[in-house]
Amino acid sequence: MSRFILRRVLQMIPTILAVVLIIFVIFSVVPGSFVSSLLAEGRNVTNAQVVSHLNEQFGLDQPLPVRLWDYLSGLVQGDLGTSYRTREPVWQTIAPRLWPSIKLALAAMVLAAGVGIPLGFLAALKPGSVFDSATMVVAVSGLSLPEFWFGLLLMYAFALQLGWLPSFGYQPGSISHVILPAIALGVSPMALLARTTRSGVLDVMNADFVRTGRAKGVSEPRLVRAHVARNVLVLVLTTMGLQIGALMGQAIVIEKLFSWPGIGSLLVDSVATRDIPVVQGTVLVIVLWFLIINMLVDIAYAVIDPRIKVG
Amino acid sequence: MNDILPDPVLSVRDLQIGIGNKLKIVHGVSFDILPGETYGLVGESGSGKSVTGLSIMGLLKRPLNVTGGALHFLGHDLRRIRPRDHRRLRGDRMAMVFQEPMTALNPLAPIGRQIAEMFVIHRGMDWSEAKAKAVEALESVRVPSPEERARAYPHQLSGGMRQRVMVAMALACRPDLLIADEPTTALDVTVQAGVLELIADLCTAEGTAVLLISHDLGVIANMCQRVGVMDRGRLVEEQDTKALFENPMHPYTRGLLAARPRLGSRVPGERGRLIELEQMVADEDRGHDVPTLVTPRGPRKEVTA
Repeated sequence: MSRFILRRVLQMIPTILAVVLIIFVIFSVVPGSFVSSLLAEGRNVTNAQVVSHLNEQFGLDQPLPVRLWDYLSGLVQGDLGTSYRTREPVWQTIAPRLWPSIKLALAAMVLAAGVGIPLGFLAALKPGSVFDSATMVVAVSGLSLPEFWFGLLLMYAFALQLGWLPSFGYQPGSISHVILPAIALGVSPMALLARTTRSGVLDVMNADFVRTGRAKGVSEPRLVRAHVARNVLVLVLTTMGLQIGALMGQAIVIEKLFSWPGIGSLLVDSVATRDIPVVQGTVLVIVLWFLIINMLVDIAYAVIDPRIKVG
Repeated sequence: MNDILPDPVLSVRDLQIGIGNKLKIVHGVSFDILPGETYGLVGESGSGKSVTGLSIMGLLKRPLNVTGGALHFLGHDLRRIRPRDHRRLRGDRMAMVFQEPMTALNPLAPIGRQIAEMFVIHRGMDWSEAKAKAVEALESVRVPSPEERARAYPHQLSGGMRQRVMVAMALACRPDLLIADEPTTALDVTVQAGVLELIADLCTAEGTAVLLISHDLGVIANMCQRVGVMDRGRLVEEQDTKALFENPMHPYTRGLLAARPRLGSRVPGERGRLIELEQMVADEDRGHDVPTLVTPRGPRKEVTA
């Protein structure tokens, strides 16, 4: 198992390299730089001497390959660089944002899995029933709903009208603050999980071994519990892993909307100010999160399914 | 003559299976299976053998269902039985072995546990006791090192071994009737004989009646005392096995026997697909005629409901 993890960690390196390269190239192509964004904010950096001094200070006068090489050699030593804006190490800018982001992603996923999977199961057990149709209508709606609009709706209903929950903001350890953004973020993976689970259950219920179970005299509830559920879980796990991985990136809109101090809102702010080292850092964190979740899913596979060997 | 025969384990009368009134798949099939007897149902694919077996188990898949006739099993009227009571009979008094051993077992559970489930459901044992019994059951189907194998998962076993596991599972509760639906069709020829011998030995020892469904006349000849021949949802001939092979009466049966591959026969036309044989009428032309049931007492018109 430890060899498996080591190998997977090593496999992450090329992915990370590629991501770094792409961001570097993109930000050297897009118009604007940190210095010009200061200008846009109305700061007086029109003086050519000041501009060239700032560019020199941040190393922006260096050619792209040199900057890339500097960045990579720092990365190897665990140095993500220094923020142009705050002049603080990028890691220190990202670290306090990490937990809020993970908390939001996990809360959204718990909600999505906790509601979506049982709904999919119940819908599949009575295919074609009113409950089934209703669930699938809700699921399709959930998938098609724009997140920010749904978030606003939630704010309006539960914060403004009913006053049950805080409308935005973050407080460490507070559960009430996380509920609305988690619902807004979780509704689309919930819909997807409901659909995946439903089709998974319908698939497995038609499997030969389920017929064997019936021929053995196993009751339907027991059949679902003891034989179908685990087989469906293997199918659902893939979707779940991809969704948790993607949630960190999808959270950008929701984090901005709910003033959630996570990675997503940091990314938006840093892109706006062309604070490239921070952009690099946050994107790397999002990519790492995705890769780690994928690895955990693969390990979970091996635990659930004896046919899959890890190592 | 009837008064010396014991009560049948299973009695099928004018069984009809279809989708509502729209489509009929089985058109009035009747046969009895006596205690300890091995009865063969033989016929082409699609002749209705398998659905007949499934209907006895109560495992027909919607929208298929029994639309007419009577099914009696050990004093239970299977057409009127409550689903829950039918379920209690399944696995306990009637059991089934399917054609596909590769997919018939749950891939995520050890085989010992899957056999043990029988004892938990039908005998109310706890799991540890049931698992010990499962090892015994594996031993009885001659699986080598049964204790070790009980912990194995289906994918770790060969097709032949899996089918032995299926047989062990089906016979775990010593049922009165075993329905074996093409139990060796998916297996290598070399392991077929072993599995068949196993079914024959165990069922003879326990006095279990067997309904053997097969298209393989060789299998039927070796295993069964009596044979029913099915053609397009009708039973066209029923005889003692020996008589059937020596003196087939129905043209369909003769066609079926002629269609058997024979070792060394390479002459074209000597054997072939059923419909290509001379004595058989082409499928399209057969459409409207009602096959007649041939018994040793001579042909009689198929009973119509």
